[in-house]
Order: sequence, then C-alpha cells, then structure tokens
Amino acid sequence: MAKVMTRDRARQWLIQGGALLALALLVLFNLLFTESFLSLQTLNVNLTQVTTIVIVGVGMTLVIATGGIDLSVGALMAIAGTLAPLIFQALPGGWGLAASVVLPIAVAAACGCFNGWLVTGFGIQPIVATLVLFIAGRGVAQVLTNGNLQSFDNPGFAVLGKGQFLGLPVQVWLMLVIVLVASWVLQRTVFGRFIVATGGNEKAARLTGIPAVRIKMLVYALCGALAGLAGLITVSINSSSDANQNGLGMELDAIAATAVGGTLLSGGRARIFGTLIGALIIQLMRYTLLAHGVPDAAAMVAKAAIIVLAVWLQKK
Amino acid sequence: MNSTREPLLQMQGVHKYFAGVPALRDASLQLYAGEVHALIGQNGAGKSTMIKVVTGAYGLDGPQDGGQITFAGAPVRFHSPKQARESGISTIYQEINLVPFASVAENIFLGREPRRFGLIDWPRIYREAEQALAVVGLSVDVRKPVSSLSTASQQMVAIARAVSVDAKLVIMDESTSSLDDREVELLFGVIRKLKQDGRAVVFVSHRLDELYAICDRVTVMRDGQTVHVSPMAEISKLDLVTTMLGKELAVAHRKAASETSTTAKPALLDMEGVQVAPRLRGISLQVGAGETVGLAGLLGSGRTETMRAVFGADRLDAGGLRLGEQALDLREPAHAIAKGIAYLSEDRKIEGIFPDLSVRENMTMVLLPQLARLGVVDRAAQLRIVDDFIARIGIKTSGPEQPIRELSGGNQQKVLLARWLALSPRLLLLDEPTRGIDVGAKADIANLIHGLAATGMGILMSASELEELVSMSDRVVVIRDGASIAELQGESLSEHTIMSAIAEGRVAPAAEAGDAHG
Amino acid sequence: MMKNKELFGVSAVVVLLFLFGALRYENFFSAYNLLEFGRYNTMFALISIGMAFVIMTGGIDLSVGTVAALGSVVSALLSPHSALGAIVAGTLAGTACGLVNGLVITRMRIQPFIATLAMTLAAHGLALLLANNQAVSPSYETGFTEFGQGDWLGIPVPMWVLLVILVLAGVAHVYTAFGRHTLAIGGSEEAAKLMGLNVNHKLLLVYVLSGTLAGLAGVFLAAQGSGQPNEGMGWDLFAISAVVVGGTLLSGGAGSIAATMVGVVLLGLIFNLLNFENGLGQFTLSSYWQSVVRGVFLLIVVVIQARLLKKRTH
Repeated sequence: MAKVMTRDRARQWLIQGGALLALALLVLFNLLFTESFLSLQTLNVNLTQVTTIVIVGVGMTLVIATGGIDLSVGALMAIAGTLAPLIFQALPGGWGLAASVVLPIAVAAACGCFNGWLVTGFGIQPIVATLVLFIAGRGVAQVLTNGNLQSFDNPGFAVLGKGQFLGLPVQVWLMLVIVLVASWVLQRTVFGRFIVATGGNEKAARLTGIPAVRIKMLVYALCGALAGLAGLITVSINSSSDANQNGLGMELDAIAATAVGGTLLSGGRARIFGTLIGALIIQLMRYTLLAHGVPDAAAMVAKAAIIVLAVWLQKK
Repeated sequence: MNSTREPLLQMQGVHKYFAGVPALRDASLQLYAGEVHALIGQNGAGKSTMIKVVTGAYGLDGPQDGGQITFAGAPVRFHSPKQARESGISTIYQEINLVPFASVAENIFLGREPRRFGLIDWPRIYREAEQALAVVGLSVDVRKPVSSLSTASQQMVAIARAVSVDAKLVIMDESTSSLDDREVELLFGVIRKLKQDGRAVVFVSHRLDELYAICDRVTVMRDGQTVHVSPMAEISKLDLVTTMLGKELAVAHRKAASETSTTAKPALLDMEGVQVAPRLRGISLQVGAGETVGLAGLLGSGRTETMRAVFGADRLDAGGLRLGEQALDLREPAHAIAKGIAYLSEDRKIEGIFPDLSVRENMTMVLLPQLARLGVVDRAAQLRIVDDFIARIGIKTSGPEQPIRELSGGNQQKVLLARWLALSPRLLLLDEPTRGIDVGAKADIANLIHGLAATGMGILMSASELEELVSMSDRVVVIRDGASIAELQGESLSEHTIMSAIAEGRVAPAAEAGDAHG
Repeated sequence: MMKNKELFGVSAVVVLLFLFGALRYENFFSAYNLLEFGRYNTMFALISIGMAFVIMTGGIDLSVGTVAALGSVVSALLSPHSALGAIVAGTLAGTACGLVNGLVITRMRIQPFIATLAMTLAAHGLALLLANNQAVSPSYETGFTEFGQGDWLGIPVPMWVLLVILVLAGVAHVYTAFGRHTLAIGGSEEAAKLMGLNVNHKLLLVYVLSGTLAGLAGVFLAAQGSGQPNEGMGWDLFAISAVVVGGTLLSGGAGSIAATMVGVVLLGLIFNLLNFENGLGQFTLSSYWQSVVRGVFLLIVVVIQARLLKKRTH
C-alpha cells in the first residue's frame, strides 16, 4: 500500500513539478544563450503575448475541470472584439465606453450559456456542442463587419490593451488578477469545490446533492465571458478589430496551456497556476526558437509535439 | 444419468490470485454435453472469476495460479476470449454485447462474414442468419437493426450467433435479469433446444425459481471455493440458499430484547407499493424514528433500488413515499438531502468517493453549503468537523489532507459514513455498509450504527451477511425479485427464517422454524 | 429509420435549392456552372469521404484542412519535375500525416480530437516551412495543372477521380470487412472487441485513409490554383458538417457515403448560391454568411440526432 502511495505522489510531483522544471530550464537556457533576454522589454513582450492565452486558458481550465471542453473560445473572441468598436462608435462618451466593455463580455457569456445548454439540456458531447459556435460564431462576427478591418482611435478603450500601470501593461495586471481570483475561487469557495467534484465523479456529485447541471452552465458561461475579455484586449492592442484573425487558433493554445500545466483532460482536477506556467512554457519555447533564427513555422510543429507529449504523460 | 460419459468441461484445482488475494481456491466445475448446469454464488463468491477463466478473459499465469482445465477431451489453457470462442465456448452477457445499429444478420456474422469474389456475400448472410434464428425459434426481419428488438429477442440473437459458430458450450451470465416472465419462457425454450442439440449450457442466475425450472445440475461457489455439486432435484431451495449464504445454522445473536422496545416508534418512513422499472415490482415497508430496519434479499433482488427510490435517485413509476407527515415527491437526491435523508451507496468507488480529493473534502462535500459564509468555505469549521469525526469513528489517516484514494477500503467507508452523519439526518439509508472492508473496521462501523438509533435516527440497512442483519436490526424486511414479501421481528427473526423466506417466498410458520436442521 | 427520413429531408432541401437557383439566376443551370461546381467541390467531397469513415468509428479528424494544405504545397513544389510524381507525393504526404494520427490515437491512446488538433498545428507548420511562408505556384509545363483544370470527355478530371473513389468507398463501406467493422466499432467498441474484431488495426486504417484523401484533395487545390500553406482553415468543419448533415451520427456507428455526398452538395450549393446572389447585385450577402448557415445546419442536425438518440435509449 505504501509503495503505491509514494509512486502515485511521485507521479503527481513529476507532473506539477515537471512543468515548473521545464519552465526553469527554458529560462536558464535563454539566460545563458540568448542575447538581451534579461530585459524589461523582453519580459513585457513575452508577458503580453501570453496574456490572452492565459485569460482564455483559465476559462478553459474550469470547463475541462468539469470534464468538458470548449472549442468556441476563438470565435467568441472575434464576436466580442467586433462588437466593441461598433458600440463605442455608436455611443460616444463614458457610457459608450463602459457599454463597449460590458456588453461584448455579456454577449460572449450568453454564447457560453448556449454551449452549456447544448451540453446539459441535450446531452450533446462538449466537443460537438462547442463546434457549432466554432463554425458559426466567427461567421457572425465576419458578417457584422463584412470581413473588414475596423480601425479606430479611442484613447479610453486603448487603455485596456496599451495602458501601463507600475511598469507592466494593464492586461498583464488583468491576467494576474484573473489567475489569482480564479485560483482562489477554485480552492476556497463552495462553487469552486463543486466544479472539481462534478468533474471528479459526476455520479457521486449528484448523490451528494451537488447541482451538477447548474455548475456546468455557469462554467461554460464563465469561459465565454473570459474569451470575450480576451477578444477585447486583442482589439485594444491592435487598435483595430479583425474578425478574421481575432482568436484564430486560440482554442488549441488554451487547451495546450491547460494540458501542459497539469490539469487532467478528463476532469476532476484544476491547476490554474499550471495553466499560467503551461502558457509561459509554450510562449518561451516559441520565443527561444525565434530568437535563434528558427522559423516560426517550426515552432508550430514543436508546439504540436509538446501538446501530445504532455497529454500522454498525464495518462500514465 | 450422465456419470458414465466423459465430461465436456472439467476444471479442477483452480487457483486464481489477484495481487496476492485469492479469488479462486481449489475451485472445480464439471459439465456434460446436453445438460443445463446452474452456477451460483453470492457477490465475490468466485463464479464470475471462474467464468472469466473458462472464457479466456483471465489467464492462470500468475505465480500462485494453477489448475487443470479439459475441454472436449483435451487439456486447454485459453489466453484470450477469441481462443475460447474458436474452441467452441460462447458467452451471452446480461448487457447485450451486440452492435446496436447493425442488422440482426450482421451481428450474427460480424467478424466472420462469408465472401464471394472477395466481397461480402449479403444474400448468403441473410439466408444463413434466418436459419440460425430458426434454430432458436425466433423469426424477425434479419435486416432490421438489432436495437429495434426487445431485450429478450436480442438475447436470442446473441444465442443464435453462438449457435452459428457451433458453440459446444454456451455460458449465460445473468441473461434473464431484464426479462419478464413471458420472455423468460421463450428463452427457456431456446435453452431446451440447445440441450437437444447436445450442447452444454452454464446458467448463472440468482432467481431460484428459474434455476429449478431449467437446470439439471448445480454447482455452488462460496469464498472462491466450490462448496456443493449435485443434481438440482437433490437439494431443497432452503438448503441451496443456506449453502450460498454459508451459515451453519448457529444461534444468531439477536438484538437483546431489552434494546428492542415494544412501544411503537413514531413512523418516519412509509413506502407503499413502490414500483420502479425494471427491478422494483412492489415495495412496502415502514421505518420508525429510532428504529433500525434491515433489508434482506439475494443479490439483485432490489435492495439498492429500494434505497435509491427513497433517496430520489430514481423516479417512482408507481406507489408513494412519506416522511413523517409529509408525502414526498423527490426528483433529485438534493431534495431528499434537504428533507434529512442520507444515503451511503453500495459502490464507493463508482458512486461515493471523489478520488482526487482529500479526506477533508470528501467528508464535508454534502455539508459544504452549510459550512460556508457568503460562498467561501469556512476552513476552520470544516477542520473541526473532520477532526471530530476522525477521532469519533477512528479513521486511520495521516491527516485530513490525505487523498482519499490512499486510504484502505474500510477507512474510506468510514469517511463516507462521516459525510452523512455530519448532516445529522433523520433517516439514514445504508447500502451494504460493511461490504469489502476488514474485520476491525466492520466492528467499528457496526458499533457506530448501533449507537445512532438511540439518537432517534431511523435507519434502513441492507446487508448480505445475515448475521449482521439479525444482530443489528429491530426488524428485517425480506425482498425477493423486487417485491417486499415478509417482515420478521422478535421471536420470528433469525437467519433461518430469513433464508427460508428468501427461498420459499413466504414466512415459514413458527413450528417449522422450531425444528430447523443444519 | 431515422437515417432514411433525414436523408429524404436533406435531399429534398437540395432539390429545392437547385430549383431556386435555376429559377432565379440566369446561368445557374448551365453546364459550365454545374461542372465548375463539381470541379471545385471535389476537394471537399474527398475529405468528406475520409471524414465519414472516421466519424463512423466514433472518432473525428480535425486535421484534414491543414493536411490538405500540406499536400498542396508538396505537390506544387514537385510539379516542375513530374506531374505524376507531384500527385503521388502530395497524396503520400497526407498518408504520412494520417499514419501519425492513427498511431498517436491507437498506440498512445490519446483522444482523436486532441491528436488531430495537434496534427492541424504540425501540418500547418510543415506546410509553411516547405513553402517558405508563401503560396507556391504549380508548374504549367508538366501537365500537373491539367490534373486539376483539365477535362476528359467534357467532364472535369477531378470529377472522374472522385467518381472512382466514390465507387470504391461505397463498395468498401458495404461489401468489405473494413467498412462493416469500422461501423461496428463506432456502434459499440466494447461489443466489437468481444466479437474479436481487430479494433486498433481498423482505427489506424481509417485515419490513414482520411489523411490520404486529404492529401489528394490538396493536390487538386494546387492543380487548380496554387500550393497554399495557409489554406485549409475551415475545411475540417465543412467535412464534419457535410457528414453530419448527411445523416451520419457523430457518436459513430451509422452513416452512408451517398448521404455524405448529398451533404457535400448541400453545403457547396449554399456557397454557390450566395455567389450568384452577390452577382445579381440586389443585396450583397457576403461569403461569411456561409459559416453562419453551416453552423446553423450543424446545430439543427446535432440537436435532432441527440433527441433521436435519447428516444432510442429509453
């Protein structure tokens, strides 16, 4: 019995510690071999590129913790990113600005509810259910703008993506806050524990009175909302909204960060900080390759390999 | 008599160990062609393991494993189900293992489709499928998807498949549990045909009446050993049940008369004619506050389903539930919990524990909303309860944070029990609370349950160990094939009367109980 | 059975759309439009056939789009040397990807959607690397482009190839162990195993098939235009939608090749009609409406399937 225990715990340590170790190794490598790695600018660049992935990743981690998945996050980013300029261009002033942040996120959350409804109300597999918005969602955003780039100049809105606070971009602060809050909610609140329990053993959850259906709906809504926020940030950074590009490929990035970070794809365990580390690993790996002249396309292949490896290691 | 012929299947001295724990110890089984042989035993008795060894699902390769198996005159060792099947052993399972969307004909020939010029010969498949079905007496459109047939018909398609691969031995593993009486008769017709063809049938079932209706001989297993072999007609129903449950009729320690007060307890739970498809056909029983009522019955008789109905885990098709003065309409376990009903389920791995979570979390999961302020869990209050129960019940753990899956079965069960006790429920449903745990933990839990009734809690408890039931219950309700058929208490409550009720379907009058023999 | 009712409904919609197009737009019912429709949609038909087999086993292949892109790049690059060589190489590139998918799924036991999602990324990266981040023009000298743009007996070459593959696929689906066993595995993997079917072997084959057809589709893409490393986004969704709209259950176990083709025609028609509508100039419906309409179709079909499945299992 004792042998089984320590081997199990060792494996746990390996998965969690492994991610941190991989990150540490990457940082070490860059410190030694990459010029000007240790600069505030490099830190800023890397953190910025990671922000949207982490924010979406947090939502994805929550959904995966309940045993589901959400492929529509990229499309939801595009929808939110498309709505924002339309709103603040139609409603000038402070109210317009506020609405252009709140409404798109609310719409994205509603889309998340739609996903949750398909999963809980019809019993459709999460992959398939979220595939619907994956297909149609971006199309809706493209239709709204006819696929055109919406450029704008709105200093208020630009704060979201380009503003700075104490040396770090606003969005990085947002990301950190979201990670901290999500992690705290997951660990310390009833809602958070119910999420983990639902994913861990749904049958037992039902028999202990946990409202599994409601939990799942909320989690999909949250994931949608976070995707919406990420979409807004992307648009703000670029000062333009491109429905064709916003969030493209994000679902894979988010799933990758989650898996590499140690969250079980089968549900029952969630490592929010792991998702942050997972995203950093992938980003740093990409940066390392780029800084040493390896084409970005090769990094894509490497990323694919890492994902498969991470998921495989989890299974063992 | 078959004794002069060579047995078709002979298994002797079979030992099978899983991680050092014996599942079969010197087990044996012997069958002749043209006979229907009953293989019976309670959960964990070893009959499933035996079957899996015969069908090649389990090998006998472990260091402590061993045994001789002869089939059709030659010694064999099957290393895969495919091997066993190719040698002529087919199995029909309780859960239909056919491909639902595929046609009847295709299911019969899947994996060995006849070809013509390299392509599948459908006309031949349809023709031969109809012939195979004729053998089992089923006439349906072989082109229809097999899922469009009733469960009984699907069973027969599975048998037709076995026949068409010319199986010499057909093992029917609990094939009748989802069939109604008429369908069972149809199935029996098929079995008799198989007999006539000279095939052997192993019939595994817990329904006594069926066994006596169709089987020629019987092998009883218990604790991994073969404890009885004889022609069916040579053993009475009572003796059969006794042999299965393994109790020499010792004097049962009944609950001390002083503890069983005769004053009527205020009614807590009232079940009236409850029916839940497919298993419960009519359950009526009452539990009083402060009373411990035991549920007795064979495996599969409906004890778990009865508790699930009370807990709101399954919806009632008919009948009524009352708790105290209130009629209950439960749609969700959460409703039952809110009314003060708690349910310790039978299978803790599948329905009880959250494997990745700690002892603390598992124990307080039901109580969590009450342990929180504004949605935030009050860790201190949580720990207080956990420490309290760990001490009170004596849970062996390195601490509240230990992952529950690292605990032994007995301690896991204690954690789950604590989960429900923490709720201070009015009615506690215990489904096999001491199953699969060590003797020490068993005693602890038994004592705990004993003390609970004194607090006014009503307890409904199911257990396979009759001794336990008798010693812990004020009254015992006997369930047989989904119906409550007898209620025993006081003088008429003993292991013997329980077994007798299960066997005969009624309560033996006191005189018979008096001259019971071992 | 559900399949037949649904197929009838979908076919009826196709016929209605045809009539609508024929009545409303001048050149719709012309030989030219119909043949070019066939030529262009051959690519999607090919990947849909592969996708149909994969989905029938209860799996999914999200990589068909980028694998096709890879195939297009490989074949375009080799086209100056030999038309046949380019065609074979492009197709085999797809086969290799399919093999990797199949191995990862059967040997490493990783869920199909993660494995093929990762392959999407890897194939895209490979395509970009080989193409040096730009479109690759195919050679017009070796006859490679004839493969995509030429005709034989008045019918576009791609349609002939599709016809052959369609016949082979249809025959395989009904008359070979491969076809029947893949259906069985999707219907109940447990039962299939117990009946002694070689599940891993069949699963590997379906993903190899899907990859091969995707590679071939990519060859046509290159032959009709250029080797596009960035193409392929949304192709997997087209294929999935076509397969599902055609009546194949996403959970596996049921489906038909013919029905899948009806699905392809339906989805292709939507695009075609939108183009014509824009041509009329009355009101411009951007091609982006495609995704929305396809998504709605998928939704309707998936919900209907879920309801029917629930009814069946009760």
